[in-house]
Amino acid sequence: MTPIPAPPIAWNALLPILVLAGTAMLVLLADLLPPRESKQHLGALALAGIIAALVIALVRWGTDVCGFRDMVRLDGYALFFDIVIAYAAALVVLLSMDYLRRRGAESGEYYALVLFAACGMMLLASAGDLIIVFLGIELMSLSLYVLAGLFKSRRQSSEASMKYFLLGVFASAFLLYGIALLFGAAGSTNFERVAAAAARNPHDTLLLIGVALLLVGFGFKISSVPFHMWAPDVYEGAPTSVTALIATGSKAAAFAALIRFLTTALRPLQPDWTALLWILAALSMTVGNVVAIAQTNLKRMLAYSSIAHVGYMLVGLVAGGPQGTSAILFYLFAYVFTTAGTFGVLTLCERTGGTPEPDGDGAVDVREYAGLGRRSPALAFALTFFLLSLVGIPPLAGFFGKFYLFGAAVRAGYVWLAVIAVLNSAVAAYYYLRVVVYMYMREPEGAAATLAPSFAGGLALAIAFIGIVLLGVMPAPFVELAQVAVAPLLR
Amino acid sequence: MTGHLLSVVVFLPLAGAVLLLAVPRWAEGVLRGGALAVAVLAFVVSLALWTGFDARQADYQFVEDMRWMPSLGVGYHLGLDGISLLLVLLTTLLSPIALGSAWRAIEDRTKEFVITMLVLETGMLGVFVSLDLFLFYVFWEGMLIPMYFVIGVWGGENRIYAAIKFVLYTMAGSVLMLVAILALYAQHGAATGAYTFDLPTLERWVMPRGLAQNLMFAAFALAFAIKVPLFPFHTWLPDAHVEAPTAGSIILAGVLLKMGTYGFLRFCLPLFPDASMRYAPVIFALAVVGVIYGAWVSTVQPDLKKLVAYSSVSHLGFVMLGIFTLNVQGMVGGVIQMINHGLSTGALFLMVGMIYERRHTRLIADFGGLWTVIPAFSAVFMVVVLSSLGLPGLNGFVGEFLVLLGTFRAHPVLATFATTGIIFAAVYLLWMYQRVIFGEVTSEANRRLRDLSPREWAVVVPLLVFIVLIGVAPSPFTGRTEASVKALIARVESKAGASAAAAATAQARP
Repeated sequence: MTPIPAPPIAWNALLPILVLAGTAMLVLLADLLPPRESKQHLGALALAGIIAALVIALVRWGTDVCGFRDMVRLDGYALFFDIVIAYAAALVVLLSMDYLRRRGAESGEYYALVLFAACGMMLLASAGDLIIVFLGIELMSLSLYVLAGLFKSRRQSSEASMKYFLLGVFASAFLLYGIALLFGAAGSTNFERVAAAAARNPHDTLLLIGVALLLVGFGFKISSVPFHMWAPDVYEGAPTSVTALIATGSKAAAFAALIRFLTTALRPLQPDWTALLWILAALSMTVGNVVAIAQTNLKRMLAYSSIAHVGYMLVGLVAGGPQGTSAILFYLFAYVFTTAGTFGVLTLCERTGGTPEPDGDGAVDVREYAGLGRRSPALAFALTFFLLSLVGIPPLAGFFGKFYLFGAAVRAGYVWLAVIAVLNSAVAAYYYLRVVVYMYMREPEGAAATLAPSFAGGLALAIAFIGIVLLGVMPAPFVELAQVAVAPLLR
Repeated sequence: MTGHLLSVVVFLPLAGAVLLLAVPRWAEGVLRGGALAVAVLAFVVSLALWTGFDARQADYQFVEDMRWMPSLGVGYHLGLDGISLLLVLLTTLLSPIALGSAWRAIEDRTKEFVITMLVLETGMLGVFVSLDLFLFYVFWEGMLIPMYFVIGVWGGENRIYAAIKFVLYTMAGSVLMLVAILALYAQHGAATGAYTFDLPTLERWVMPRGLAQNLMFAAFALAFAIKVPLFPFHTWLPDAHVEAPTAGSIILAGVLLKMGTYGFLRFCLPLFPDASMRYAPVIFALAVVGVIYGAWVSTVQPDLKKLVAYSSVSHLGFVMLGIFTLNVQGMVGGVIQMINHGLSTGALFLMVGMIYERRHTRLIADFGGLWTVIPAFSAVFMVVVLSSLGLPGLNGFVGEFLVLLGTFRAHPVLATFATTGIIFAAVYLLWMYQRVIFGEVTSEANRRLRDLSPREWAVVVPLLVFIVLIGVAPSPFTGRTEASVKALIARVESKAGASAAAAATAQARP
């Protein structure tokens, strides 16, 4: 019996992920040591690990390593997403430190799970093989299922966790089945070999069914219409800091894997999936924006708005080519800062103390933001900027992201898709600006407490704020980074 | 300094706003004074543009062209020609006046107010001097938000409705313009290989006539028509004007509406000449409807501010007429009429704001016989009203006369209809003036009104000076626009000729 040859181990290709995983173990260990009453130092430790991963990603910029028989690739593309994910995770950890203490839900596992989720996300960005895609998605999702149910005593939180889990495993099953069929059709799960098989026989039934099932699985993870049903409930029920991670990091990571899979493994089928994604993009934008108008709960509103933003990003995939693909990367970068900032303000505004209602989640209803402009001018100012960036008002990051994205679509000839997209962003202006109306143009009902962000929370908001202004005013260097990052995909 | 004069003018208010951020909010005097000082300084600096401007030259002057995002063809390109020069000066003139008018009227959140106004000024100036479509769009869309705040935070009863309506209307138009900008960029790039948003480059390029050009024209025209506002896209205007505070109305009527008409001149005509000529009759017709409709609706308004708001629809109709005559008289008249409308209507809103501050009502029926109580106010109001209805010797006459002259050459029948607009203007303005100022003092509350204070004199006199100056000696103003307007017409005609020739050869080929 011949032994199965083990692939050579390339630590290099996994470096940022290993750092995060190691830090997660350390956090779990340190949780057992004193001081037991405060967990702030665990947050700081997790943050240090994330910053180390970020630094590694930045230092390794420009290198391209493959490992484990091309299953893992740490190229410019993966590094770009590692940077995005590290920023998202860092902002989430900064926001959580204060939020969890106020909600009385501090725990060491929380930070470890955030780190494990980030590992899964980075693995997705580096995946060159469907098995790794599956591993990454499971590592990320399982961590997030647990995190969503962090507030054990709150019904919505448990409900969100359960719903996320049930629908998530359902989607994973689709994904796995799709992988199995693809393996049957191509004889391999490696992206390159799938591409070769698809080029040989692009209309193989088995292959097409496998691709369709995979797209369903991905559609769930990025929450595009019609696979978006879980998003509003999970966004609403999960702790807000976890919602921020689901909205930013997990979305970016799922997109990372989806883009690489479509543009490398399925390039021969591009006309087919482009037509499909055209419809998904138009549906996601329209449904997300129209339904968001009817929401009064801010977390639900942001859930629907995130569905709409997924629609915008799918426009970039439809446009394709270096322009469209790099536009998605830029958009995700901008989106991470904007969304993390928005949820950041939400976490800081959630009511604490006083008489806690059994089901109350603090200030997530838009009416509770009435008069925030007077009560806490700095937070209202910051939230206004984040919302304006989500609307796409220049000169903020969200505007340039949309501009670049729709520009790519128009250049690729998808003018009507761009028209649908811009009309949608005009619709979106209505519900984003409604929050601004409450903050500045209505007076608070009753005596509402003034809010002061903690140092960590303030720092997170400041980083996000600088991010959206910088990406908006000086986008050129970041666009070039995104263009360099997608170059390996489109060779 | 001279190399970056335009940048200095544009960003001076923004820099002032950033500085004022550091002033504590209880120091309201410092905030008001500081903002006013910044706005006045911007005006003084902008005078250097007036003196340094070479009237014989048709090209862009004070040009600044820097790379911003070279890989995308986006540049930081600023410049001024005869069309934008006057609008820039109008903006820098009206901004300190608006701030001065709000000295007492805005008591709540003064800090936010003055900062918003200064940011707004930078946005407006940027629109008028941008020579790059990307940069233009950034300013165009960016200034929406400060105006939204001015209406929504410091406005009247129904301010939230008005503010949201204003934003949604304008955005719906401008997002389609964004797609058209991108399409123009893509088409120019595909045809010439140079992907750029640079306006002078795009202006020189002859776009083939056809559906693409018509659609792009339609998208640009819709965005601008909403802003002007051209009938039937005007319904946001009365709401926004009535709810906005006085300072907001002055800026809205004085400058913001001009961004629409300016857009037609700067972008629609030179970029899409064939489509512009093809659809000129439609725009003509809508403009004439606007002139007459605006005047009729003004006549029956019980509210002073609403009356002035609808009169804007009528006056801007004249401007649109002038622009689409595509002859020198009409277009120069259109440009001058933009300035005149800014001065006269700005002044009208200012005066209405002054009596509103005294009586807290704007209903015409609540006034009467003010001449005996506040004669100085009444006299100034008289001059402003006469300027708005186009009395010879004051500014309004110059613009309307030139516009009608041009319109008669282009389309005599429509010109006849448009002329009635002037008669109706006399009807609604003089009738309003008569009911407010003349007659017996009808209400006891009106007997104790104070006359103009020194501060109010200070804000209104600069407007009066220009109202008389343009009326008596229009040639420095018309002279500075003429060369640019002629060059614009020549460009439109030569490009239309070139694209017709290209279409003919394409057809001749089998």
